[in-house]
Amino acid sequence: MSKQEEIFNAESYEKMELLRFTTAGSVDDGKSTLIGRLLYDSKSIFEDQMEAVKTSSERRGDENINLALVTDGLKSEREQGITIDVAYRYFSTPKRKFIIADTPGHIQYTRNMVTGASTANLAIILVDARHGVVEQTKRHSLIASLLGIPHVVICINKMDLVDWSEGSFNQIKNDYKQFASKLNVKDVNFIPISALLGDNVVNESENMNWYKGSTLMYHLENVHIANDHNHIDSRFPVQTVIRPHSDEYHDYRGYAGRVAGGIFKKGDDITVLPSGFTSKIKEVETAGTPLEEAYSPMSITMTLEDNIDVSRGDMIVRTGNMPEISQDIDAMVCWMDEKNPIRINGKYTLIHTSRNCRCIIKEVVYKMDVNNLHKLEDDKEIHLNDIGRIRLRTTQPIFFDAYNRNRITGSFILVDEGSNVTVGACMIRS
Amino acid sequence: MSYTINHLSELEAEAIFVMREVAAQFEKPAILFSGGKDSILLTHLAKKAFFPAKIPFPLVHIDTGHNFIETIEFRDYLVKTLDAKLIVGSVQEAIDKGLAIEEKGANASRNVAQIPALLKAIEDHQFDALMGGARRDEEKARAKERFFSHRDEFGQWDPKNQRPELWNIFNGKKHFGEHFRVFPISNWTELDVWQYIAKENIELPKTYYSHIRPCVERNGTILAVTEHVQPREGEEVKDMRIRFRTMGDATITGAYKSDADTIEKIIQEVAAARETERGNRADDKRSETAMEDRKKEGYF
Repeated sequence: MSKQEEIFNAESYEKMELLRFTTAGSVDDGKSTLIGRLLYDSKSIFEDQMEAVKTSSERRGDENINLALVTDGLKSEREQGITIDVAYRYFSTPKRKFIIADTPGHIQYTRNMVTGASTANLAIILVDARHGVVEQTKRHSLIASLLGIPHVVICINKMDLVDWSEGSFNQIKNDYKQFASKLNVKDVNFIPISALLGDNVVNESENMNWYKGSTLMYHLENVHIANDHNHIDSRFPVQTVIRPHSDEYHDYRGYAGRVAGGIFKKGDDITVLPSGFTSKIKEVETAGTPLEEAYSPMSITMTLEDNIDVSRGDMIVRTGNMPEISQDIDAMVCWMDEKNPIRINGKYTLIHTSRNCRCIIKEVVYKMDVNNLHKLEDDKEIHLNDIGRIRLRTTQPIFFDAYNRNRITGSFILVDEGSNVTVGACMIRS
Repeated sequence: MSYTINHLSELEAEAIFVMREVAAQFEKPAILFSGGKDSILLTHLAKKAFFPAKIPFPLVHIDTGHNFIETIEFRDYLVKTLDAKLIVGSVQEAIDKGLAIEEKGANASRNVAQIPALLKAIEDHQFDALMGGARRDEEKARAKERFFSHRDEFGQWDPKNQRPELWNIFNGKKHFGEHFRVFPISNWTELDVWQYIAKENIELPKTYYSHIRPCVERNGTILAVTEHVQPREGEEVKDMRIRFRTMGDATITGAYKSDADTIEKIIQEVAAARETERGNRADDKRSETAMEDRKKEGYF
């Protein structure tokens, strides 16, 4: 029986959770091979896909079936043999459905890594056992930390090439810990693997009996993700107002949106921002069915006891638990514009939850040397793939929490007003 | 108490969020309706997203003229039930007007000919966002597609120049003449779709369920005999018990031998399947990059 059949037969899919993870590694760390291995050993590769991989492997003259080709996407990648953009992969086991954001490792594509990391619960960072912790390991870890990914797994790969040595594993583990003490990552695990041969990926390794921890797959299936969302501070950015204009629902005004934090239920006292009007929740529902409670990441519709003015861009919060309200924002930015560096006194469109406004960049406080986490206060030119700390002022107040408290209300993007391209990914500092 | 939701609810919440963003950010959005299960799923999600209001988008169907009769009948039935607006773009008309060229030869299809008809519909109706039921698990070029996919004034997709998509912030800003393709169910797999169809009890055309109909086998693919697929010399018409995993044109959509006549049996069959659902689509088999090439030109 295949894994896929078990998913149904166990009738467990009603309880299946979703885990999103990213994979990062330097070129040749075996990232694509690892993903190919996860998909292959969990029996998530279809025969026609496998057939295509076999054909390509033969054409390239590869000795064995090249599992890395499973994840190869676009033409230009196949020509260069490197991944150039975020590609999403899917597989499931009876316990969880997984979404992999497969992001490229080399330096010029940091923006893709940030993109993949922004929605991830977990990051897999690959380290080549022969080379240990290198600059890119640090860069990837910094991004995981900056983007607030709750769980990080350091996969020390190619253990077969260091004779399955426990000493090498421990050395790398210690080196990493020393470096990571400067970062804000709560949950780090180390797993020695060989993606090529499959050791400790899905199946336990027979070559590394000294390792007593779990395999990568076991970890992915069991890591505790229930607390990854904020269930404390009630935040509801209004996306759109539903007004049916029908006889049956003549006076209906439903506020539609996705809960960004906390818990909302019927009878709660709420405040609408920016107006400050207060009311009580009449009903929390999806498609007309009342819900007892609503919390992140649910998409719901809310009705209120009083007929007050609420529109897109407003935020409904629980009275007594206010977000910060300000026009002066202090944030970390990852710059994504290929053409221009960030402009001091430059004006950009800012998109934060369902709210748009304009902003002006007041100051670059420092640029970060991502290889050693040093703050560069002399070099403040923030170019593509650079990370730095900025201060900006918005035309209207925004309602936010610090990013490390809430990834939804603590993040925003900057859009170039001429090209409409997304140029900055920002995380608000506490 | 643990505040978690299961994977299907999370996918539903994500799709509804995306559709509401589309309604809020664009002036003339529409749903591109192919008649297949994924676009039927989209209309269901749209209904839930805006309840108790009507779906705020018209359905746009690019009719190749080679559809299964069942597809068209179901489309009309669905439009009536939803009280939605239907706009039909005709490939035949595009061919007659010289906008598209009919493929010649033994295995000709109207797949590529859909592109001009689609682009004409976009121009005629000034749509600025079209939602489709494409999923990233379907095909490798789609694995890199964004939720909000920017298209230039020629409707083209540039895989190297896509906007980064961060958190759940979607940037739908555009210049005059440009538009977006939006894919609310990007993160769903075929199995997710069927599980959700079962959970929500969504009605589908009968062709998705096992039934007996006259078929021919051609190049290893089972094709249903219709007005547009007639047996060739040496081909034998046989009554077969089949169902379809996807619904494209009758001329290119291969059928599967199957006894799955209920949703539960279909889920079991999909879970056990050893081939991707597009594995039997002649349009994707043309070359290794067939999908990527079509997308760059404006295909969905």
